[in-house]
Order: sequence, then C-alpha cells, then structure tokens
Amino acid sequence: MDLEYGPQYDEFRAEVVSFIKENENTKLTGPPRSESRVEWQQKLIDHGYFARSIPREYGGYGGDMDIIKLRIIAEEFAKSPIPKPAGGQGIQMLVPTLLSLGTEEQKQEYIRPTLRGEILWCQGYSEPNSGSDLASLQTKAELDGDEWVINGQKIWTSTAHLSQMCFILVRTEPDAPKHQGISYLLMPMDAEGIDRRPIKQMTGDSDFNELFLTNVRIPAKNIVGARGEGWKVANATLGHERGSLADPNVTQNRLNSLIDLMKNETIDGQRVIDKPIFRDRLLSIQGRLMAQQSNALRILSSQINKDQDANLAKSIVKLQGTELRHELEGLAIDAMGELGTLYEDSPHLRDNGAWQMTYMYYLGLIIGGGTNQIQKNIISERALGMPKEPKIQGA
Amino acid sequence: MYFGLSEEQKSLEENINRFLVDNASLDVIKAVANGDIEKADEIHRGIIDLGLSGLVIPEEYGGLGLNMLFATVVSAALGSGTAPVPFAGSYIMAPLAINLAGDDAQKNMWLPKIAGGECVIGVGLSEYVGAREDAGIEFSNGKLSGRSLFLIDGKNADGYLLANKSGELFLLDSSNPGIEITELVTVDKTRVSVELVMENVEAEVLPGSNDKTVIEKVLDAGRLMIAADTVGAAQVMLNKSVAYSLERKQFGRLIGSFQAVKHMCAEMAAELEPCHSMIWHAAHCQDNVPEEARLMACQTKAHVSEVGKQVSKTATEVHGGMGFTDELGLHYWFKRIGLNRQLLGSPELIREEAGRLQGFDQ
Repeated sequence: MDLEYGPQYDEFRAEVVSFIKENENTKLTGPPRSESRVEWQQKLIDHGYFARSIPREYGGYGGDMDIIKLRIIAEEFAKSPIPKPAGGQGIQMLVPTLLSLGTEEQKQEYIRPTLRGEILWCQGYSEPNSGSDLASLQTKAELDGDEWVINGQKIWTSTAHLSQMCFILVRTEPDAPKHQGISYLLMPMDAEGIDRRPIKQMTGDSDFNELFLTNVRIPAKNIVGARGEGWKVANATLGHERGSLADPNVTQNRLNSLIDLMKNETIDGQRVIDKPIFRDRLLSIQGRLMAQQSNALRILSSQINKDQDANLAKSIVKLQGTELRHELEGLAIDAMGELGTLYEDSPHLRDNGAWQMTYMYYLGLIIGGGTNQIQKNIISERALGMPKEPKIQGA
Repeated sequence: MYFGLSEEQKSLEENINRFLVDNASLDVIKAVANGDIEKADEIHRGIIDLGLSGLVIPEEYGGLGLNMLFATVVSAALGSGTAPVPFAGSYIMAPLAINLAGDDAQKNMWLPKIAGGECVIGVGLSEYVGAREDAGIEFSNGKLSGRSLFLIDGKNADGYLLANKSGELFLLDSSNPGIEITELVTVDKTRVSVELVMENVEAEVLPGSNDKTVIEKVLDAGRLMIAADTVGAAQVMLNKSVAYSLERKQFGRLIGSFQAVKHMCAEMAAELEPCHSMIWHAAHCQDNVPEEARLMACQTKAHVSEVGKQVSKTATEVHGGMGFTDELGLHYWFKRIGLNRQLLGSPELIREEAGRLQGFDQ
C-alpha cells in the first residue's frame, strides 16, 4: 500500500499549479465553439493539460500515457475556478473510438477539430423502442452508390441542437442476427432530412432531443469499422461514458456544500445539523461516500499497476455513484423542508434551486447511460458469472 | 502509487484461509458451537503457530511487529472462516494498549507471553463506548470494583484489560481474588462473551492511558478488526449465494438466471466490493495518516456494519428455506456479522462520534 505519487511528480505538479495561477482569471463567456473557447482549449492542449496522450499528428499533445500526471492535472484544476477542459460525447466517446478503430482519413479529419471544440458531437444510439435493449434498434441505412441513406428515429440525443456531427448506430444488415447487423456511422447534422425536436425534461430544461431521419444521405466512407461491426465499435467506448457519470471526488464537493447548508439552515432556531436524525443521515451518506472513494483509489491503482484486477470495483461505480448522489441531493431538500421545494426564481430560493435540479437530474442519470437495473445485470453476469435470462424466441 | 495488498499480505491471507479450510470446516464449527472445547483449542493453537498472537507486537517482545494493514487482512480471513478463536481483543487491542501505555515492567511481563501464545487477554471497553444497565468500574488504591460487560475474547482469559468511563485502562490477572466471571450467551456461538463483577480486585493502571489518545487508538484498531471480520464473513455469504444460485433449479431453470436473484447478488456485490478497499484504506490511515485515522475508523466500522446487515439478510434469502436451517449453517456467518455490528458501538453510536470528530456539534 503506497498512496504517494512519488517525488518525481513534484516538479510536474508545480508546473501545473503555476499554469493555473497564471491563468486562473480566464473567463469564457462566449457560446460553444466561439473563438475564445477554441483558443483556450488549444492552450490547454499545447501545455499537455488536455488530450495529453493523443498523438500530435491528430491534434493532441503527444505525451506519454501517465495516469498519475492525468490525476495531478485533474486534482489541481478541481481546486481552482479556472475553466476546465471541454468535455462532451465527442471527446469522451468518439475520439477514443476513432483512435482505435477509425481510418487514417477519419482520424485526420475529425480528431483535431473535436479536441479544439470546433466540432461538437451527439450520440445517436437509443430509439423509442430500443432503450435497454439497444441492439434491437431499427433505424436503417442502405447503401445507394457512394452514399448511405438513413431512415428512422433516434431519442435521448443529448446536445443535438448544438452539434455539428452525430455518431449513429444504424441497421445495415437486416438479415443478420441483431448484434451483427449494426454499423457505426458519422452523420453531419446539417444533412438534409434531419428533423430535431427538443424533449422537455422534468427539471424544466431540454438537454435531449428526438431526431427524425428521412432519407438522410451521407458519404459511404463515413463508417467506422466494417459493416455489421457497429455493436463492437460502440461497446469499445460505452465504458468511458459510465465511468464519468459518478465521480466520488465530485460528490465530495457536494457533501461539503451539504454540510455547510445543514449548519446554516435552522428549524425553530435550531441548526438542522444539530438534529440527531438529520445528522445521522448526513453521516451515513458520508460513510457510503468514503467507501466509494476508497474504491476509486483501487481503480486508479489498477490503471497504474496493470496486473491489478479491479473489474468488479469498476463495474459498480455508475450504480453506486448515481444512487448515492441522488440521495445526497435529496437530504439537502429534506434539510430545507418547504424551502427545499422552491424552484426557478422563487423568493427564499437557496443556491439557485441547484439541489432540486440536481436531485431530479441524478434520477435521470440513474436511468441514463444504461439503467441501474441493466447495471445490475452487467455486475451479476460479467463480474459474478451468473447466467443471462433465457431469450424469448424471436426477440 | 499502489492501493491494495502486497504479495506478503496476500500470502498471509491465503495461509490463514487454507488453515481454516483444513481445520475449521463447518462440521468443526458446529461442534465448537455445541461446546466442543478441545476443537476450539486446536484451532486456537493453530493460529498461534501461524504467528497471529504476536502479529502487531514489536519484535523485541517476541512478536512479528507488523502493522494494522496486516492485522486487517488477518481479521478478514478469520471472519470468512467464522474462526472460533480470540483475536481482535486479545491479540490486537490488548498488546496495542500495553505497548502504547504500559510501563517497562508491564510490557516485559505481558507482551512476550501474548506473542508466545501463553496468555489470552479479555478486553472490556463497553463502558467507555456506551455503558448498559449499571455497568462501570472504579479504581482506587490499586483496587478495581464494579461491573464490566461484554468482554471481547474474555472466555478463559488469563488477564483482562478494562476501561473506565474516562478512558483510563487497567490490567489485571484473571486469577486475582474477588472476580466473579459469568459467561454471556450470545447468538454467535463462535465467540463467547463474559461479564465480570469485581470487588476490590488487585489491578494496575496503564500509566500512559491518562492520555486519551491511547484508548482512542485502541478503539480504532478494535473497530477496524471487527469491520474486517464482517467484510470477510459477508464476502463468504455472497460467494455462497452465487454458488447456490448456480446449483438450485426451479421452474426448469437455475435460480441464478432469474433477474430477481441476480439483482440481489449484484446489490450485495455493489455494496460489499468497496468495503474491502475501505478497510485497507482505514488501516493504511492507522499506520500512516494519523489526521484521517479516527474518522476513517469510525466511518468504516459504521458503514461496514450496515453493509454486513444487508448482505447477511439478502444472502440468507437467496438460499430460500435452506438459508434458515442449521444444516446449511449459513447462520454462523449471519450471527457473526450480527454480533460484530454491536461490538464497540453500533453504527448509530459510532456515527455520533464521527459527527463530534468533525465538530458538527459546534
């Protein structure tokens, strides 16, 4: 057991700290893709604080894959109000996919502008009738000369209204078994025949969209991997999305805010934190979080020490992290009582309504990214070796 | 950076597991639970031969001088085998207290004997953690009087380590006149608790224990051992559940293919897997990060107890009616976890302490 990163990283940390100090007053006010945002993103790449291990020829920093350096960057950036590197599904999911499975031309064309934030991506996976059973998707693409012609419907497409491109799963081999009939295509969002309708969520926001696709034509070369291999291509990066949904270090920040809230809010003049039942609930959440933080250290360690196995530890992060976060936000609402139900721009509102918003938002994340029930299937089948449910014929 | 057990720690764990598989099968545990003292003694001798009695005792006193992480590994292994042996009290808390707060004479007198497996020490801290009924001890003019409940490893002990309400620690020989010893029968027949009633019994104070950090360290260590014992026991209950679900058929299918059963197992695994990391992390803090050690120990004992409760219930349910029988014997693990939950403070009691540690009451 050794939780030190080692003195060889002290110099690196000092560099990161001094960069942050010099730049901590940077404010990004423009919309996504605006010049100042792209410049900032490029500056982070130039210093190796973003896209660190992505080869220089594709627009990355071209550094070594040093997990501890990545961790130090994340730790120091988290401590400061400095603008964080842009994220999103293009960076988290598409770039790793192209790096491992894309053609040279695709890598050259898409990775650099995606890293710079000039191209934003959305993910065209789920369909109205294909949610948890994603591989049953029906949106189809047929090759017509040197173009794919796409018809069908996608749903839960985050940020489709901001995106220039969509990585989309479509059925190209209708006669193959369901997992073998899917292809992974890259679809420009300005192509003709795409009709987008925002979905209003329970939070009041509209982060998601429905996409109606009618004879959308895209170049035949916009396929990643071979025809019929789209399921494998997509699965290569689903893990990236799940891991990022419930980072216990972010939850720690929320717990600190919750402690402050419970010290400040009063009932009949008594601080909420002094009420034993509220305090016990708070401490119980803290205990669960500490367990998840220890689990995260084990996962980090397994990334540094390649022979260390942490598969089960990894497989539970999304399930445990989202459930805990939802409960943490819910305790804040209970601590505020009626005040906790205030929303939008109501008088007496606390923290801009963030607790209610996040309470609901995390219910969305319990469902999204593979529902937590599907997570339990994955844990029991892949980590515990239990059998799949018998298939119903024809499904 | 490496977060996990070393090769040495893993091999110690394997040795204990192998010893318990060979020498403490379920049939043996059942015999011990029904009063077979000889079998219990044999297992006890065996773990002494493995060096466990001197695990944390400095080498100069004949021990192995290992740290809390090693002790945690051992405790988890003993929990997984529901080993009917003294450990947390006699071989961890007592030597730790004597080493931290004893004078040279006390150290020379007790530590080599504990390390050599020549004496067992029952540990009574209940009255410091939270006194029940009218329990409590008074010390004056070298004599102890009063009542001490729920001594850990107290059965047939050669000596006792007891705390008073303010956390001072006292050592006494169990053969001193004036002690009335009563066995307390708990649900967990793998470990027997005792009650002491004392009237003017000769005892020695551990001189360093007027510093409260001593009892706090001893308590942290004890809680960590008990938490590890629970994690070890709960992991076996989960493993047995998965294995049973892959044997038992109903409606023409393995019950492990039903989502209802799979989700019960996944929930157990999702709660339990981080607990392994948590006990290692808490032990590492005891050894190396003093400023985080106390909170970590409290929260680990509290959280692991909650997870243990859930796992022991769910695992029993996965086994259906068989889970309720003595024949299958799953209840030994259930009861072990049940006793552990209450020892050295139930989760609610410990969370109160965790709140105070963080100044929530100010």
